[in-house]
Amino acid sequence: MRIVVDLNRCQGYAQCVPLAPTVLKLNGEEALMYDPNPSDSLRQQVLRAAASCPVQAIIVDRLDEKGDKA
Amino acid sequence: MKTAALVADVVTEFKTNGRIVIVGASLAGLRAAETLRDEGFNGKLTIIGDEKEEPYDRPPLSKQVLKGWVRADHTLLPRMRKVDADWRLGVAATGLDRANKQVRLANGDQVPYDRMLIATGTRARPWFNPKEAALAGVFTLRTAGDAGRLQAALAAKPGRVLIIGAGFIGSEMASVCRELGLAVTVAERAEGPLVGALGGVIGDIAAEMQREAGVDLRTGVSVQSLEGDASGHVRRAKLSDGTTLDVDVVVASLGSIRNTEWLEGAGLASGRWGVACDAGCRVFDVNGVVTDSIFVAGDIARAPHVLYEYQFLVLEHWDNAVFGGKVAAHNMVSLEPDRRPHLPLPAFWSGQFGVNIKGVGVGPFADEIVITQGSVKDRRFAAAYGRRGRIVAAVTFNHGKWLEYYGALIERSAPFPPPPPGYDQANGMKPMPARFPEPGVPTAYPDVVLTGHDPTERSAEYRQKKR
Repeated sequence: MRIVVDLNRCQGYAQCVPLAPTVLKLNGEEALMYDPNPSDSLRQQVLRAAASCPVQAIIVDRLDEKGDKA
Repeated sequence: MKTAALVADVVTEFKTNGRIVIVGASLAGLRAAETLRDEGFNGKLTIIGDEKEEPYDRPPLSKQVLKGWVRADHTLLPRMRKVDADWRLGVAATGLDRANKQVRLANGDQVPYDRMLIATGTRARPWFNPKEAALAGVFTLRTAGDAGRLQAALAAKPGRVLIIGAGFIGSEMASVCRELGLAVTVAERAEGPLVGALGGVIGDIAAEMQREAGVDLRTGVSVQSLEGDASGHVRRAKLSDGTTLDVDVVVASLGSIRNTEWLEGAGLASGRWGVACDAGCRVFDVNGVVTDSIFVAGDIARAPHVLYEYQFLVLEHWDNAVFGGKVAAHNMVSLEPDRRPHLPLPAFWSGQFGVNIKGVGVGPFADEIVITQGSVKDRRFAAAYGRRGRIVAAVTFNHGKWLEYYGALIERSAPFPPPPPGYDQANGMKPMPARFPEPGVPTAYPDVVLTGHDPTERSAEYRQKKR
């Protein structure tokens, strides 16, 4: 799956980190690091993490299949 | 039939059977394509990109990818919807024929358009000496391919890495090198890191962060030459202060060059400064007259900004690509009363040395800075930038939650120094010179000249300087 975190919007609340700890990590106090293309098996975790974000900074792909062709 | 009804018919026809070409298959181009479909454009959509990958995100390349946590080909951008486009990837646009409304491609194809979006972005400025740039172990960083190659070189545990240029990307790479336990030297011509974007006061703080993390930071020096061994691998760098460094990896992090060469001869206001446009993303022709069918978004769009005395600004920021792409797409399929302006409050971020640096506004527009909140010593603070008594930018170090407060002040043209927030005030808020470098020396010859004497003949002409 594919995600992108809008790091302008992200305020480092880190609510997402414990919900998908292999995908979203803090580097230091408030700099979020993430895996933009985590395994599909983590989709539920990532969706929960995205839902938990107080500023809704985690953008998850809305296509079932990967991309549309290109 | 009334004119209004005729126009409505034309719009319906365009949305049904029109042809839109997006040149540039990255963040701005992708978000523009999605917006076009969202807004009911059902015609033929072609997306042209010189890289073979489908649209991917670049900010992770200098951070989690270099560190080896995320693969270089694993930053593909999430899709917001199907775009049903004809993707022409791995083939560059090489020319624009405005008279016949066609984009020329490197493989000789011509792609016709009714409306066209320019989103060709920038590329890394290469090391100035091509022979030295070709040495094994010498890199630049802009594409996923660049990141993959550089990551592999760092994973091979080089003896010393030299990073030339301490802007945001150079500093982020230095941070990754230290996190990987690599010896790294950073050579910066200016007085400190990040000085171009944030000024010398913040540059001093960034310099301390680098040195505390173990970076061998050398400021006020330039790298004069690189030398290779018998096998053509870089081994030494000569600095302007006379020192020689033994290095195994060199990264030239010298900023970007705008991809506008393909527009030469098209008669648009394009050149090394980018592509000039109005605040609705419509491109100006070489005379400064707005065009109706050509739009621009992303890193190369140079538009007047209401907050900054209507100066034409390029903003190489992530959300400028997102919002610029969306506004351009909206305006491509809208009539005049429905057009929207792209008036972003510039915003950016950078993670380095465990510190989250975020900014809003345009720092280099300022002449003064004041630390308003937190503590510089603790690397947790906010600072505001001012020009002639009003706030024009702000930066936070591990204090990002406060940025919105300053963003709102900037949008209101609030006074500088700004009214202090309710709590968490820094000691002795005192404005001081922000210490931005002087603007570059003016060049001797113009790129654009005026020609013709009669009013009907008078026009501008773009004359590429010999480099």
